[in-house]
Amino acid sequence: MEPILFILFGAIAVAGSIMVVTRKHPMASALYLILTLFAVAALFVLRQAHFLAAIQVIVYAGAVVVLFIFVIMLINVPENKLPVERLTALRFLGVAAAGLLILEGAVLARKTTMPGGTAADSGSVQAVGRALFTDYLLAFEITSVLLLAAVIGAIALAKKKI
Amino acid sequence: MANFLSSIRFSDPYFSVLLMLVIGVGMSVAFVLLSQALGPKRYDRVKYSVYECGVDPLTTASVRVSVKFYLLAILFILFDLETAFLYPWAVLFRQLGWFGFLEMLVFLLILLAGLIYAWKKGALEWQ
Repeated sequence: MEPILFILFGAIAVAGSIMVVTRKHPMASALYLILTLFAVAALFVLRQAHFLAAIQVIVYAGAVVVLFIFVIMLINVPENKLPVERLTALRFLGVAAAGLLILEGAVLARKTTMPGGTAADSGSVQAVGRALFTDYLLAFEITSVLLLAAVIGAIALAKKKI
Repeated sequence: MANFLSSIRFSDPYFSVLLMLVIGVGMSVAFVLLSQALGPKRYDRVKYSVYECGVDPLTTASVRVSVKFYLLAILFILFDLETAFLYPWAVLFRQLGWFGFLEMLVFLLILLAGLIYAWKKGALEWQ
């Protein structure tokens, strides 16, 4: 069952990503991005990374794409003024680079054994929480400072009068 | 086939998620296809004209939204992330004990400063 689901959701993720970069209207791209992120969340579930999957849906598909959509609505380029992109040498170069990356990944995956990560419960909410609140406590607390900086920065940028 | 069926773990909590996904996607696709196949398609200029609650449209559908929405969206993401960290803490609440409670208290107090700042600066108001 797992290999079938992996291929299914992997194919959805790849197809979604291709749609993201090929759609003409950015809004369509953003909606396909949600599909891709959901498929990747399903891949996380298959790798037993339950917490990561939940965060992927809550934060990325739920909140970050909302931000993307707001930017698209904010800039609001009329349909007839959307730039027409042409097939240039750079794009072929990009495809070649992507192919090289896949090849490198395949070679590396064959040669190395992945340490850990595959244990049945290493990605569960409990396991992630235990690591977060013991070994990575300082990083966790500093995260709050990072979020605080983002809150202040966002307000300072968006408010006309502080 | 029997081999495939026996490989499905029906007791897995994600099985119900998968089942719901299949039914949800299947139903929505089926309804669109059914209405495409069964619905009568009679062209009529008036029927296909753009209208807005019976009134001629005032503007195009895509109006430029205010930047204020963006600030709210950013604040939403940041406090969404904050709550995301609360889940593993809540699951481990008894195991972590008072130490975990203090850890989370520090985390929340730092972010409370952000909330107070946003509140004081009127970032949550619509003016």
